[in-house]
Amino acid sequence: MSITIKEVEHVANLARLELSDAEKEQFAGQLNAILKYAEKLNQLDTEGIEPTSHVLPLANVMREDVVKPSWPIEKVLLNAPEEEDGQFKVPAVLE
Amino acid sequence: MSVFDLRLAELHNRLQNKQLSVAELVEHSIKRISDTDDKIGAFLALNEEGARKEAQALDAQLAAGGERGLLFGVPAGIKDNIVTEGLRTTCGSKFLENHDPIYDAAVVTKLRAAQSVTIGKLNMDEFAMGGSNENSAYGLVRNPWDLERVPGGSSGGSAAAVAAGQVYFTLGSDTGGSIRQPAAYCGVVGLKPTYGLVSRFGLVAFASSLDQIGPITKNVEDSAYVLQAIAGHDERDTTSAKVDIPDYLSALTGDVKGLRIGVPKEYLGQGIDPQVKERVLEALKVFESMGAVWEEVSLPHTEYAIATYYLLASSEASSNLARFDGVRYGVRADNPANLIDLYRRSRSEGFGPEVKRRIMLGTYALSSGYYDAYYKKAQQVRTLIKQDFDQAFEKYDLIIGPTAPTPAFKLGEQVGDPLTMYLNDICTIPVSLAGVPAISIPCGTADGLPVGLQIIGKPFDERTVLRAAHAFESQTGFHDLRPALS
Repeated sequence: MSITIKEVEHVANLARLELSDAEKEQFAGQLNAILKYAEKLNQLDTEGIEPTSHVLPLANVMREDVVKPSWPIEKVLLNAPEEEDGQFKVPAVLE
Repeated sequence: MSVFDLRLAELHNRLQNKQLSVAELVEHSIKRISDTDDKIGAFLALNEEGARKEAQALDAQLAAGGERGLLFGVPAGIKDNIVTEGLRTTCGSKFLENHDPIYDAAVVTKLRAAQSVTIGKLNMDEFAMGGSNENSAYGLVRNPWDLERVPGGSSGGSAAAVAAGQVYFTLGSDTGGSIRQPAAYCGVVGLKPTYGLVSRFGLVAFASSLDQIGPITKNVEDSAYVLQAIAGHDERDTTSAKVDIPDYLSALTGDVKGLRIGVPKEYLGQGIDPQVKERVLEALKVFESMGAVWEEVSLPHTEYAIATYYLLASSEASSNLARFDGVRYGVRADNPANLIDLYRRSRSEGFGPEVKRRIMLGTYALSSGYYDAYYKKAQQVRTLIKQDFDQAFEKYDLIIGPTAPTPAFKLGEQVGDPLTMYLNDICTIPVSLAGVPAISIPCGTADGLPVGLQIIGKPFDERTVLRAAHAFESQTGFHDLRPALS
């Protein structure tokens, strides 16, 4: 399996990255090398093996549903690139 | 000899006897950084004024008598992916160049309670992705043992700062070896605790199922002190383990008689530098002379660990780094045409090449049609790798081998070749995937460069890891070797 420039463009779109033509070329080559290396996992028969997402024997961790104080708005907005009226400002989503 | 070469207990004696003040320790740190950091490049932000104020308060507390914190008065450095309220935290990324966190990470709160003094934030590979610190957006870190070589990574600044005597200890983070490998390259002690022992609250996430914070110090005793201060359950991190925290200091008995050690043949096979192998075999003789027994063991799935790791860690990273969207913090591209354009250009302008590469790899591995072939397959192989360790630990108390297959390599040597760079992590990555604790301690040199010995333990058995590491360093003194950095 080999990644084409078209696939690189598709994945970049999913990842919300904008790549230059040079980057696309470079990533296609490097990702192909890495994925080719990763093919060695196919040497192993993993039929019926449980996947490990996590090493600790933890299920869902719940807490009591109680109201707690939250950050003051001015603190939350401290690092906002753009804000207005105590809210994060973004370009219009609906035209 | 620097005051930072003193053990913590001795340092505290001198503070108690008024031979030394916290203010002097802080000034020593600031001066050492100003004398050496133009060469090393370890620090990204300094907290001079804050540290001086804290020192004053601590000296006043000392004069008044009363209880001292566990890490009282010692200058500390913190890796720049651990958030510190009011002290700039960039993760080595241009994306966060102006980021001032609004809260402290759990470990920072714990250090404050233990009364260490935060001197500043340490350079790292961007978002902890890398093994040489060459992926930082803010420049190289140089290895204090040889300024033409890398310090390792991703906690390169954290390891180099301790080796250069700039601070007393540092915190790093380890996802696939990022504490242990730089500790090995810089000739210092680096501990990756069991996954879940130390809260990740306030650690900027790279790969959430692997990330763990740990100490970098000059000796094992200090490592035990820092671990004591930072370990423990935290309800703000849902993967934080609910375990009783033992006394780590009392584990340092010097006695390893009867300890059973397994030595993975895969860690001493192909690709290992002959001198590194020699140092590890000599270290095993030292353990033997102290009454421990060792034999070769096989961890048969070792050769699959790197592929497994890069698929899983990159997948988790692609998801974790989705939060960097240019809306709530970080850089924002100028004049976005719409919201999608804002996301795309902010991320593309803010992230460096290695971060983009891993986001691309992770997104691909998780994308429709490839999930089972890559992500799920890797999770299944992770199970096999973990079982290798489970089985070995039925027979052995510890697993010992090298931390890295070679000593520190030259700056620039592996930059163009990500895959070769990844292969440096062959001895640390399987341990991360299994989630077990491991320490890297100095075990001599190869052509004048430090070599690290990796001691791996059972889950939550840091006591045995520290006991063996402490016995070894007491017997050999390799941890007292210092770089000839002027």
